[in-house]
Amino acid sequence: MFHDRDLTPELVEWKDTIRQVAVDSGLDFFEVLFEMVDYDEMNMIAAYGGFPVRYPHWRWGMQFEELQKQYSYGMAKIYELVINNDPCYAYLMRCNPLVDQKLVMSHVYGHSDFFKNNAWFGKTDRKMVDTISNHAVRINRYIDEYGKDVVEQFIDVCLSVENLIDIHSPYFSQKENVTEEQRAKERQEAQGNRIPTRSYMEDFINPPDVIEQEKQEILDKIEQTEHFPQDPQKDVLLFLLHHGRLQSWQRDVLSIVRDEAYYFAPQGMTKIMNEGWASFWHSRIMTGGILDSSELIDYADHHAGTMGGGSGKLNPYKLGIELFRDIERRWNAGQYGSEWESCEDVHGRNDWDLGHNKGLEKIYSVRSTHNDITFIDEFMTEDFAVRQNLYTYKFDRSQSQYVMESRDFREVKNRLLDQLANSGRPQIEVTDGNYGNRGELLLEHHWTGTPLKMDYARRTLENLEKLWGRPVHLKTQIENKVKILGYNGSRHEERNES
Amino acid sequence: MRKIDPDANRFRKIVRGKIRENLKQYVSQGELIARQGKKSVSVPLPQIDLPNFRFGQADQGGVGQGEGDEGDPLGAEQAEPGPEAGDQPGEHVLEVDVNLEELAEILGEELELPNIEPRGSSSILVEKDKYTGITRNGPESLRHFRRTFKQALRRQISSGSYNKENPVVTPHREDRRYRSWNTSKVPQSNAVILYMMDVSGSMGNEQKEIVRIESFWLDTWLRSQYENLETRYIIHDAKAKVVDAHTFFHIRESGGTKISSAYNLARDLIQKEFSPEEWNIYLFHFSDGDNWGGDDTTHCLDLLNSELLPAVNVFCYGQVKSAYGSGQFIKDLRQAYQENEKVLLSEINSRDEILPSIKTFLGKGH
Repeated sequence: MFHDRDLTPELVEWKDTIRQVAVDSGLDFFEVLFEMVDYDEMNMIAAYGGFPVRYPHWRWGMQFEELQKQYSYGMAKIYELVINNDPCYAYLMRCNPLVDQKLVMSHVYGHSDFFKNNAWFGKTDRKMVDTISNHAVRINRYIDEYGKDVVEQFIDVCLSVENLIDIHSPYFSQKENVTEEQRAKERQEAQGNRIPTRSYMEDFINPPDVIEQEKQEILDKIEQTEHFPQDPQKDVLLFLLHHGRLQSWQRDVLSIVRDEAYYFAPQGMTKIMNEGWASFWHSRIMTGGILDSSELIDYADHHAGTMGGGSGKLNPYKLGIELFRDIERRWNAGQYGSEWESCEDVHGRNDWDLGHNKGLEKIYSVRSTHNDITFIDEFMTEDFAVRQNLYTYKFDRSQSQYVMESRDFREVKNRLLDQLANSGRPQIEVTDGNYGNRGELLLEHHWTGTPLKMDYARRTLENLEKLWGRPVHLKTQIENKVKILGYNGSRHEERNES
Repeated sequence: MRKIDPDANRFRKIVRGKIRENLKQYVSQGELIARQGKKSVSVPLPQIDLPNFRFGQADQGGVGQGEGDEGDPLGAEQAEPGPEAGDQPGEHVLEVDVNLEELAEILGEELELPNIEPRGSSSILVEKDKYTGITRNGPESLRHFRRTFKQALRRQISSGSYNKENPVVTPHREDRRYRSWNTSKVPQSNAVILYMMDVSGSMGNEQKEIVRIESFWLDTWLRSQYENLETRYIIHDAKAKVVDAHTFFHIRESGGTKISSAYNLARDLIQKEFSPEEWNIYLFHFSDGDNWGGDDTTHCLDLLNSELLPAVNVFCYGQVKSAYGSGQFIKDLRQAYQENEKVLLSEINSRDEILPSIKTFLGKGH
């Protein structure tokens, strides 16, 4: 049932050769099925996020047009497209010369190995091609039943909040929440502070009205401390699924959007590593015998094109491959551990080589357990940052342009980690599902010093209101003041925290 | 059909809706003109992307890689944030290419413009080839497969060589059929727009900008209505001359105003190049309404009455408000042509009034 499509016999041969080299190098991947496509098929599949079938939605059309335009102006061309699935699907562009096809195939085996072995992909659906076409079937059914406009508009609403998921939640079991029954029991058992006494003295020692009053106080206290949700809920979508006022088809659409968001999340968390790893391997495989000497210049040109930044932009491919190479070098030379850390002699450091040869082993273990944040945090050294010419930049209002800010290692690293935190998105969680005791929703923006884009935030609140069915609020900071934005279905408001 | 086409069409529909919704803004800001390509306009659509909670971009710094010292400005491309650039759309505004016909259609729908009926008898005939017939001889590139095989089948059946069990049809030389064309004469409508603009000292930049924007939209609409549209530009102060489009919109003259000079020149042009029998003629004149003196206005009316109005589809006069003009001319025209369907007058006091003015000029469908 699964096989490559439209590959020329020559390419099939190369595929087998490259696959064998990959296996011999220790890569452990899902089998890869290559399909040969024209550029507009490529753009179409790319517009669908790599999948052959998606539910109907205008944004695929928008992405497709954008890609077509870029391609026809020669501004951008998609080189590789690979889906995390077992088997792994990858696409080759028909018009590419052989050297490019070989490069892409080598690169793809790197990705496939990463998908299979990186822990952060461990919980993703490996039959996503099937799942996603199943999603399409379900949504098409709702379209038949409720109409295209209604369903599409609702999908728009869901997509507007699709990033409000907890990207770490698949790896930890949810803490048991206190159930409704437990609370009911607590309420039942609440009673006044009764002093033991003889029955005929009861009414005098423990006057009923006082007892009743005390009981009421306890109940009030329970009511006050009882929070819904008990702890801030980062998976806002899950909270909406459970508690939003939604019809059953809407709930299903929301769950589809959420499932797809969780599927794609690890790719955002490991962009640098994933691309770095694939580039590391395409470079090693290609220069390890796959490349014909006549292809060398083209290969070098394309490799440099992928690694190039241009105007100081940080390129995940470049950063990733360099960091993997640095780790390999250090672990080969034994430049790690406390002895290495405490060596302050410049010459000693430069000539440090214990001949450990543990580089390859180390990078394999790094690719299994890390994500971008821990990858950078643990392995980006000051030497590395200096060698790679890293710097921070900021927006200078007086010049209204970006300017270079600092080359200080600590600042560079912190800024980079900040940027990667939560895949570069603001962290927003549900803190109160019964806000103001009126069944309204309160979200809080976990403040990290960067304000939200306000017009978008307001429009997103409008969409949240549609999912929650009651007024919604967002606590964030505007110009260093804590503010609560609100939307009640017809009007926006903004007030200071009371 | 490609799998993505329904989604792409859906997107186009949304784009059209958004442009229609914001047409007034697009018109009054005039930004589309600078974005015009040969056949299409690149329309910025900030509202179309899905909102989400995201960081305000300008406040967000980042990490870069490369040479340079602290304080050096970065290239414009840095506007996108660092490593996650791939999966989050940056600050760039979505631009969609809309072809001019589509834009005209949107304008037409929004202003409820009627389609123009070209003047009946004045259309000229042009020859056009149409593939309508079939012949026995022709180039192989025009061979009609189905007809050829049909013919072969017919021959085989009639000659008894067709075998039902083994239905192989083999065309012979004489079975071949080719597409052929007929030449027919079809009416083609030609139109010419004569733009006239007062460039005397009192017409400032803003006034010219208004004229520019309005002409862009008039052009777009009329172009969608005629296969062959010519444009001519006349500027005048006390004297008139024919100029190219660039000069028309950018020149700044000073001096007095003699409107009749432009009308004279328009008449000459029509006589020389655009005979009313063959051309639908549109005459647009923009001015701030200040004329030399009573005499010249009388002269203008004479010219209009005797020579221009009989020749043109419509005569449209747009009076742009300026700080200096007296605005008298439109009053004179109004008085003279209260009943005349061919004379359309509108006052454009600000950019917001461009759309209603277009409606006035094109709303009759002449």
